[in-house]
Amino acid sequence: MTVLERLRYARFWPMLWKEFIQMRRDRLTFLMMTGLPAIQLLLFGYAIQTDVRHLRTVVLDESRTAESRALVTVMANTGNFDVVGNVASREAIRIAIENGEANAALVIPPDYASDVMRGRTATAQMIVDAADPQSSAAAISGAQLAAQVRATQIVGERLSIAPPLDMRVRPWYNPAQRSAVFIVPGVIGILLTITMTLIAGIAVVRERERGTLEQLVVTPIGKTSLMLGKLIPFVVVGYVQMSVVMGLGKLIFDIPVRGSVLLLYALTVPFIVASLGVGLFISTFARSQAQAMQLAFFFMLPNILLSGYIFPRMAMPEPAQWIGLALPLTYYLKVLRGILLKGVGLGELWRPSASLIALALLFFVVSVRRFTKTID
Amino acid sequence: MSGTAPPAGSTLAVETIGLRKSFGPLVAVDRLDLTIRRGEVFGLLGPNGSGKTTTIRMLCGLLTPTAGKAIVVGHDVAVDPEAVRTRIGYMSQRYGLYDDLTVEENLNFYAAIYGLHGRERADRLEAHMREIGITEFRSQLAGTLSGGWKQRLALACATAHEPEMLFLDEPTAGVDPAARRAFWNSIYQLAARGTTILVTTHYMDEAARCLRLAFLSRGHLIGLGTVKEILAQFNQPTIEDVFIELQRRDEGAAA
Repeated sequence: MTVLERLRYARFWPMLWKEFIQMRRDRLTFLMMTGLPAIQLLLFGYAIQTDVRHLRTVVLDESRTAESRALVTVMANTGNFDVVGNVASREAIRIAIENGEANAALVIPPDYASDVMRGRTATAQMIVDAADPQSSAAAISGAQLAAQVRATQIVGERLSIAPPLDMRVRPWYNPAQRSAVFIVPGVIGILLTITMTLIAGIAVVRERERGTLEQLVVTPIGKTSLMLGKLIPFVVVGYVQMSVVMGLGKLIFDIPVRGSVLLLYALTVPFIVASLGVGLFISTFARSQAQAMQLAFFFMLPNILLSGYIFPRMAMPEPAQWIGLALPLTYYLKVLRGILLKGVGLGELWRPSASLIALALLFFVVSVRRFTKTID
Repeated sequence: MSGTAPPAGSTLAVETIGLRKSFGPLVAVDRLDLTIRRGEVFGLLGPNGSGKTTTIRMLCGLLTPTAGKAIVVGHDVAVDPEAVRTRIGYMSQRYGLYDDLTVEENLNFYAAIYGLHGRERADRLEAHMREIGITEFRSQLAGTLSGGWKQRLALACATAHEPEMLFLDEPTAGVDPAARRAFWNSIYQLAARGTTILVTTHYMDEAARCLRLAFLSRGHLIGLGTVKEILAQFNQPTIEDVFIELQRRDEGAAA
C-alpha cells in the first residue's frame, strides 16, 4: 500500500466520522460548543470589571464656598467618583451608605475655605464603605489623587508658578484601561480548557460507560487510531471556538489582534494537547459521566482563579503562584495576551512556549499511558 | 483479510494451555486447558463469578492472562493480537452499540473499523440488513430499538466483517423468547457457514443447543463434553440439574 492509500484507509477515519455525528446529535454537547463561547464572551467581557470606578458618592459640604466646590470638581474629575447628591448631615451619610445609595461620602468642614485662605492646612474627610476592598482601594487612591491635584493647584495659584512636576502616565497596550481587553483573550483559554477536559473527557467516559470502548478494543482499530479518532474532532471544535471568540471579541469589544494569528494557532497546539491529556486522565478515574463532570470542574477552579485569567498572579501568596506554574493555562494566557494585545512574536514568547510544550508532553504521555493501561 | 484461509493443518479454533488470570489475591481463572474445534457451537457454562466472562475476555485480548497461553484462530493472543482481532467477532452483554447512531450508521461504523471499504462494504451491509430483517429500521436511532432488535443489530455489527470465530458473552440476557429463538437461528446460520461460536449463557435450554459444553466453577474447568456426556458424567437427568448440583457443590466448597 502507498502512503496515500494507507492514510485513506486508516482506521481513525470512521472514528472521526462517528464522533462528528454524535457531537451533532447530542444536544447538550452541541449547545456547550456553540452557546458557551458566546455566553462566556459576553458574561466575562461585560461583567468582569476589576477596575472599580464611578463610586456613588454623596457630599456633605458645610463650607459652601467656591473653594469647597472646586475640591468636589477635582474629585469627580478623577473618574473614581460619581457625585450622586448632597446631604445635610452626618446622619444622612450613614443612612445613604447603609441602604446602598452611596459607597463613599466627602465631608468638607465649615472652616475649609477659611483655612485655605489663611494658609493653614485645610482638612476634608472621605468616608468609604470598605466592606469590599477593591472598591475602597479605588476610593482611597482617588481621594489621595484629588487632594494632591487640588493642593498643587492651590500652591500654583498662590505663588503663580508652574507645577514643579508633571507625571504623565502612558498605559500601553490597553490605553483606555478596559477590563474586557484583558479578559477576552483569556476567554479563549478558558473555553479551550472546558472543551478539551470537560467535553472530551465526558465523551471518553461515555464510551466506557456504555461498553462501546470495550467493543472497540476488540476490533483491530489500534489504540493510536482510537485516540486520534476520538480526540481530533474536539481539536477542530476548539479551533472553531477560538476563531469565533476572536472575531466576536473584535466586533463587540474591539479587542486588537496585533500579532500573528498563525503563530497563535500554532502555539495553541501544545495547550490543546495538554488539556486533552487532562481530559483523558480524568476519564480514566471517572466511573460515570457525572463524576467526570465534577472532576473537570474541580480542575477548572484553579484555572480560573490561579492562572492569572482574572486576578494578577503577582498579587497571590507564593504557594498559590506555585500551583499556577503547574497549569498550562498560566503560560497560554501569556501567549494569548502577548500575541493579541502586544503583538509580540516567538522571540519574546519562547519561555512560556517552552513551558507549555513541556507540560503538554508530560500531561499527554502520563495520561495516554494510564489510558492504555485501563483498556487493557 | 478476514476471508483468508486458516493456517494449514489447524483444526482448532481455540486452544488454551494452563490459562490463568488473577486479580490481586483473587484467582478468577486457573489452569484452564480448553480446545474448541473449528465450526463448533461451544457453550461455556457456570454460576456467576465462575470465570466465564474473564475467560472470554482473555480469548478476545481484552485481558492479559497472568500465566498460560491462548491460541485463537491459529494465533497466540499475547503475541499477535492484531491478527486475532481481524478474525474474531465479539458481542458482550452490553451490545456495544451507539444509541445515538442509526442502525445503518452503527453497521457502517463497525464495518469500516474492520477495514471494509466502498462498494464491498455497501453491498455487504445491504445483504446483512436484509438478512436480519432490519432494513426498514435503517434510519432509526439504535437507542430507540427494542431489546430484541438491539441484540440482532449487535450481532450484525459483530459479524459485519465475517469473522472466523465469534464470541458471545451472555447474548440473550433480558430478551424475550421469540427474539431468543430468532437469535439462535442466526447463530446456526453462521455456524453452518463455518463460523466457530463460543457462547456463555444462563439459559439451560440454550446450553442444550450447543454441540459441546464446558462447565466452569470458581475458575476451574470441572466438566467438558457433549450434552449427553455431561449428563452421564454428573449422573443428572437434565443440564439444569447439573447446573444446580454444581452450584450446590460450589457453595459447599466455598463455605
